[in-house]
Amino acid sequence: MIAGEDGTGLHDRRLFSRERAAGELLVRAAHVLDPREGLDGAHDVLIRAGRIAELGAPGSLPAPADGEVFDASGRFLFPAFVDPHVHLRTPGQEHEEDIDSGTAAAAAGGFCAVIAMPNTDPVVDDPSVLAALVATARRQARVPVGFLASITRGLEGRELTEMAALRAAGALGFTDDGRPVASAGVLRKALQYQRLCGGVIALHEEDPELFRDGVMHEGRVSARLGMAGIPSVSESTMVARDSALARYEGARVHFQHLSAAESVEALEQARRQGARVSAEVTPHHLTLTDDLVRTLDSRFKMNPPLRAESDRQALVEALRRGTIDCVATDHAPHARHEKEVPFEEAAMGTIGLETAFAALYTELVMSGQLDLPTVVERMTAGGELYGLAAPRVAVGEPANLTVVDLEASFEVGAGGYVSRSANCCFHGRRLHGRVALTVAAGSVAHRERVLVEAGAAPR
Amino acid sequence: MSQRRPLGPHLISIDDLDRAGIERILDRAESFAEVSGREIKKVPALRGRTVVNLFYESSTRTSSSFELAAKRLSADVVNIRSQGSSVDKGESLKDTVHTLSAYDPAAIVIRSPHAGAAQLVAGWTPASVINAGDGKHEHPTQALLDAFTLRRAVGRLDGLNVWIVGDVLHSRVARSNILALQRMGARVTVCGPPTLLPREIEALGCQATPTLDGVQEADVVYVLRMQRERMRDAFVPSLREYAACYQIDARHLRPGQLLMHPGPVNRGVELSAEAIDSPQALIGAQVKAGVAVRMAVLYELLAGSPVLAVAA
Amino acid sequence: MEAATVVLDHDDMRRTMVRIAHEIVEKNPEGAVALVGIHRRGAVLAQRLHALVGELLDTEVPLGFVDIAFYRDDLATRPAAPVVHATQLDFPVGGRTIVIVDDVLYTGRTVRAAIDAIFDYGRPARVQLATLVDRGHRELPIRPDYVGKNLPTSQEQRVNVRVKEIDARDEVTIGPASERAAA
Repeated sequence: MIAGEDGTGLHDRRLFSRERAAGELLVRAAHVLDPREGLDGAHDVLIRAGRIAELGAPGSLPAPADGEVFDASGRFLFPAFVDPHVHLRTPGQEHEEDIDSGTAAAAAGGFCAVIAMPNTDPVVDDPSVLAALVATARRQARVPVGFLASITRGLEGRELTEMAALRAAGALGFTDDGRPVASAGVLRKALQYQRLCGGVIALHEEDPELFRDGVMHEGRVSARLGMAGIPSVSESTMVARDSALARYEGARVHFQHLSAAESVEALEQARRQGARVSAEVTPHHLTLTDDLVRTLDSRFKMNPPLRAESDRQALVEALRRGTIDCVATDHAPHARHEKEVPFEEAAMGTIGLETAFAALYTELVMSGQLDLPTVVERMTAGGELYGLAAPRVAVGEPANLTVVDLEASFEVGAGGYVSRSANCCFHGRRLHGRVALTVAAGSVAHRERVLVEAGAAPR
Repeated sequence: MSQRRPLGPHLISIDDLDRAGIERILDRAESFAEVSGREIKKVPALRGRTVVNLFYESSTRTSSSFELAAKRLSADVVNIRSQGSSVDKGESLKDTVHTLSAYDPAAIVIRSPHAGAAQLVAGWTPASVINAGDGKHEHPTQALLDAFTLRRAVGRLDGLNVWIVGDVLHSRVARSNILALQRMGARVTVCGPPTLLPREIEALGCQATPTLDGVQEADVVYVLRMQRERMRDAFVPSLREYAACYQIDARHLRPGQLLMHPGPVNRGVELSAEAIDSPQALIGAQVKAGVAVRMAVLYELLAGSPVLAVAA
Repeated sequence: MEAATVVLDHDDMRRTMVRIAHEIVEKNPEGAVALVGIHRRGAVLAQRLHALVGELLDTEVPLGFVDIAFYRDDLATRPAAPVVHATQLDFPVGGRTIVIVDDVLYTGRTVRAAIDAIFDYGRPARVQLATLVDRGHRELPIRPDYVGKNLPTSQEQRVNVRVKEIDARDEVTIGPASERAAA
């Protein structure tokens, strides 16, 4: 771990957040589950000076003289999650989300770090824009934020950005997310240039000529609804193309938000051939299908689209086996007026930070499709792909952990959202797995608000 | 007097109607066809009620058909067309619907280039909403007037072999008709260029074929309009090739087969002149049926207490 | 079981219809009448009168039927769209004497609606009204020209006219409000 410019060393130097005083905190009697550390049992966890100071048998650690005790009995404690794909809408669309509200939503979802995409206004294609963003994060971010810069200027897919300067300014990597890099020639140059500047190149895969004016998955539901479809091959042919380019150039490439079974096949092929590729998948692609679009509710309009059940199952299986490395929410806030229009006109995207773990736990773990340790591992693996250390529950590590009540359920959206926007594809669902506490980079970033009945002891 | 449950309160999709509901509307349309045959072609059934026609797509035939239907029921009619209205000036659909609530409409008839518009509007107003065409999704009153026309020509639709020929991918008329015809017991085959037949269209219960082989077996050939834009977007190489492969002309139309088209027809493209003018063509009857069927829809949705209809 | 009282039986009804037919002929010496029955049972009675009047005049008079569903004044407050039967007025209405035929005259609203319907077909010279039963409680200034039987009733009571063609027997009963006949 490289010492941060803020001197605390509690997170990577390419992550930025507010400075906070890190007091002492004893988390008592949680069921600690950390697959990387082989922990799966009840423990007390003591945090001091922002790091995990001690792990002990439940009830064995003394309460800190000058600190807080958090009773986590009956609840689980995981290494906190890392989301390598969020849209914080800063700069330019702060009415939808900003670094403060977005990181608050992240903390509410149990995340200790997020990586923000550059498709803002202006695009993060210049070191000065990135520097301003870093300064904002240092003032506002409740959990550490990393930034990707764009591959091409203005996301136009033609000219490369000053990738070396952007890396020096703190970029973790590069992406034109929101758009594909349609030109193979331009992408190839970026992959070559990566040898100089480093940083992961993350790719949003779609073929514009196959995508055209599509608004949903091309299949029986689009046939019924008469809406233009986005065929699976729009994504998978680009995954195949870009894997081949990455292999040819020895480059390091990360495929974002995969949605189709065919893309999983292309990814497997690429790995077999030795390409240095990784991939992510969103909670909504793991749990929802295009059947929901029959409601014509624009909450279910995103890019890539929700696809068929066979695609969903292929994605779950790929995540289980590790073919897909991590979960990423692609948290995409949109203003109400952008969504309260006919489906074909609506903006694409769903928010997802607050519901990610609960959705996966409820729909996949409770139904037996995935086990809990796998979900925890994949929810915490996103940073490693970008060269960040994964959160661990181990003595000496910076404190990045989340306490979750798996028995407690909540109705999504019933109490509003922490995010500034409310376009959530899980709205109205009852999910299990409520985040009670999130500690990020050593300090408490989120604490569940609990209404206490008169006379009852707070949990 | 026996009371039957009200329809509605909306007609957004053919899925809103079961077979009995479709037949009830067709029966009612017969009554209104009789009204249209009188010297005074009006009944006071909807007197004092207001019907708003909200047309975001230009369409003379459907909009005038709805306007006449409402007027023949003695309703007050307000027509809002997208040209020159505040809609054009960027007012959102939601705001337009809220503004219209000042007229306290009993019904809003909406045509929009976007799928799902009618459904959205239904959530924003207590009025009954009638879908006059939403994008490429549905056009339920067209399917109803087609079923009415066909029923008058052949009696029952059970077991009827219907072919729908043309650009099915972009056709809301095709989608509504596939559903309505099957619900009335007919069998449907869709036929057109492979680029214009939706992938997995068979999931709607019909057959699909890219050639006209077998169309001789059809009892009814329903032909769709081929728009010139499809050439620009490379769906078909040329209208000439389209006509060569898919035009319904004297060669394809055997005696006894019925020919239908939602209009307007591209003479010489999807239909030859002789086919259009032949006695087997029901196209004129379809147009006439429009007013009676739309009167039936308005009557069935509105001639019951609006409060109770919403609760039903 | 019914607690209804039969006020006209099969024979009473036949005699009454014959009397009404005579009265129609007497009142219209020129004979240019046409009969229009209101669906459903008024239409049946109109058919019977049509046969009787035809015998008396030794010539056939025009016969038509109206359904008043579209002309009701209560469409906005009913729970459901009313059942609609076919309207048939195949003869020219203008210049004729139209005799509207109904089974029970009560508030007068049905007859008003029938008059409106007939006027949508043309301009009759005059309109007369024949009803088998007049049960009073008029809400409009409508009066019958020919009455089979005057039946004073309270509003809680129900008057039911049954005809062979629909109900398998001919009779008129009066009973408490809970008794219903199918429309």
